[in-house]
Amino acid sequence: MNPVLAADITLPHINYGAIAPILILLGMACVGVLAEAFLPRTLRYPVQVLVSLVAQVAGLATIIGLALSNYAKKPTLTAGDALAVDGPGLFLQGAVLVLGIVATLLIAERSVERGGAFVAQAAVTAGSEADAEQARRQPSQTEIFPLSLFALGGMMLFVSANDLLTMFVALEVFSLPLYLMCALARRRRLLSQEAAVKYFLLGAFSSAFFVYGIAMLYGFAGSVKFHDIAVAAISSGKSDLLMFIGLAMLAIGLLFKAAAVPFHVWTPDVYQGAPTPVTALMASCTKVAAFGGILRIFYVAFLDSRWDWRPVIGVIAVLTMVIGAILAVTQTDIKRLLAYSSIANAGYVLTGVLAMQKDGISSSLFYLVTYGFTVLAAFGLVTLVRDQDGEATHLSRWAGLGRKAPVLAGVFTFLMLSFAGIPLTSGFTGKFAVFSAALGGGQTTLVIFGVLSSVLLAFPYLRVVVLMYLQEPAADAPTVAVPGALTSAALAIGAIVTLLLGVWPSVLLDVANSAAQFVG
Amino acid sequence: MHPVIPYVVAALLFGVGVYGVLVRRNAVLLLMSIELMLNAVNLMFVTADTSIVGVPRSGQVFTLFVIVLAAAEVGVGLAVILRFFRLRASVETDGVGAATETDAPREADAPRAAVRPDPDGEAR
Repeated sequence: MNPVLAADITLPHINYGAIAPILILLGMACVGVLAEAFLPRTLRYPVQVLVSLVAQVAGLATIIGLALSNYAKKPTLTAGDALAVDGPGLFLQGAVLVLGIVATLLIAERSVERGGAFVAQAAVTAGSEADAEQARRQPSQTEIFPLSLFALGGMMLFVSANDLLTMFVALEVFSLPLYLMCALARRRRLLSQEAAVKYFLLGAFSSAFFVYGIAMLYGFAGSVKFHDIAVAAISSGKSDLLMFIGLAMLAIGLLFKAAAVPFHVWTPDVYQGAPTPVTALMASCTKVAAFGGILRIFYVAFLDSRWDWRPVIGVIAVLTMVIGAILAVTQTDIKRLLAYSSIANAGYVLTGVLAMQKDGISSSLFYLVTYGFTVLAAFGLVTLVRDQDGEATHLSRWAGLGRKAPVLAGVFTFLMLSFAGIPLTSGFTGKFAVFSAALGGGQTTLVIFGVLSSVLLAFPYLRVVVLMYLQEPAADAPTVAVPGALTSAALAIGAIVTLLLGVWPSVLLDVANSAAQFVG
Repeated sequence: MHPVIPYVVAALLFGVGVYGVLVRRNAVLLLMSIELMLNAVNLMFVTADTSIVGVPRSGQVFTLFVIVLAAAEVGVGLAVILRFFRLRASVETDGVGAATETDAPREADAPRAAVRPDPDGEAR
């Protein structure tokens, strides 16, 4: 090696305090892997639940500490400018963890389905005698806990990455565990493993586009740091073509994760096939992470070229809202219905993002949190409606649930009203925030399509409500399981936050407002 | 001199990869096509590196990152595909979407009364 070159390399300074939350999550995930290897089988479950929850609570406490100690006001770059510790980054990390804790409660539940919602030995062939045996009595695998910690740690890294390479590494760190988690359902394993194959192949395809976009932008700007790309976009004399091809490729990768419309086809199949607690994790946390990445790329690296790309992303936002809403109307399965509703909701967040001003950032952050809590509670309730084959997700099976289980039906109705955007729920305040930000940013067309599609989207939600209350239950109607302590806690948190942010949104909106400043 | 040939080769490789993903129906071949796309990116990084003055050799370092991540992806991907193979005795992805679309309602609509010996009766 050339001695002169070697002497030039100086190690970057790393501010360990500022990136402590990410380190805690990834470190505790490693502890989880070790526990899986060395502890006796009976001890694994309590230890893993404890490690998982302690890691997330400690990470959250550290984030709150950082936010209070002025990192939000005086943002810093660390690790050779690869990581940004700023207001939106801390807010998104906190959001990922808060939603992650609730999702972990759902994942850890073991009393609704005996032994938990996950397969005991993934290597047993689905449909064999051994498989029936394990589905009946053996407890779930506990690898799901370290996997989910790795995924959450990757998401936190993703939302605070300040260059494209770090972002790509983080993208893979949170995607790879999710592919595996999709395949771990205890019942309907064929569906679950097909979902994993589909998610993996399409996910790897989209991340190849993402990294091709990085190579284009590296060729254009000579660097992968967001700041350098922003500078090169204004000052370099080169043709913009390379930059726009690169941006388009990056956007494909990111919009795939966020489930925007031309790149949404995986969503319903994967949401339906994956174990429901994992679906809840994907619908809430992955969405936060994906939009965190989108916000940072658009607002830091490509802010000055926004007049050129905003119309294109605007068309995608309109398509996402309208097609998501139309296809939601035709669904007959509750998990697929929620999947299409999550596609439409991605369109609403995109509307907020395209405001391209401070309001746009804060309202998108707010929307992501409100939607996350509501969707967690909704999927939590889906796990409770069961028959002898597991969850009864077909809508016709939900007929008459209002009489059999008034409390469940009441909470579910409330969540559906929130999705439909009825006042006094967080769905209304969230939509109000993103639409008013988009109006302020001059995106009137988007808001018109947004309002129209949310009217359309109210129909499938209200159809479920009508089904639950106004139809006679079938003779073999599914039973409603009594939720265990963990699921009850998750449902209570989700429903209470949905109500609280509906009546008193300023609690969170003020925090989002004070956090809405990216470091350049 | 501007290195044209490597860029064109990289674009061709990427195009072949995209074509492979869109046309092939064998999961392992799909995985290979995706690898081809990632290798096109590696070639682009290395080529761009020679023509950019500034931070020395950063493009080559990016290539190392991409290689490691591609290896990790193959590890996870082959595991998922292997499970899929055990299930269906084939790695054709043709039926995946269709099976998911049609199986779900059929499964849910199946008569509840019949006590099946195996709750996962849908396999095979």
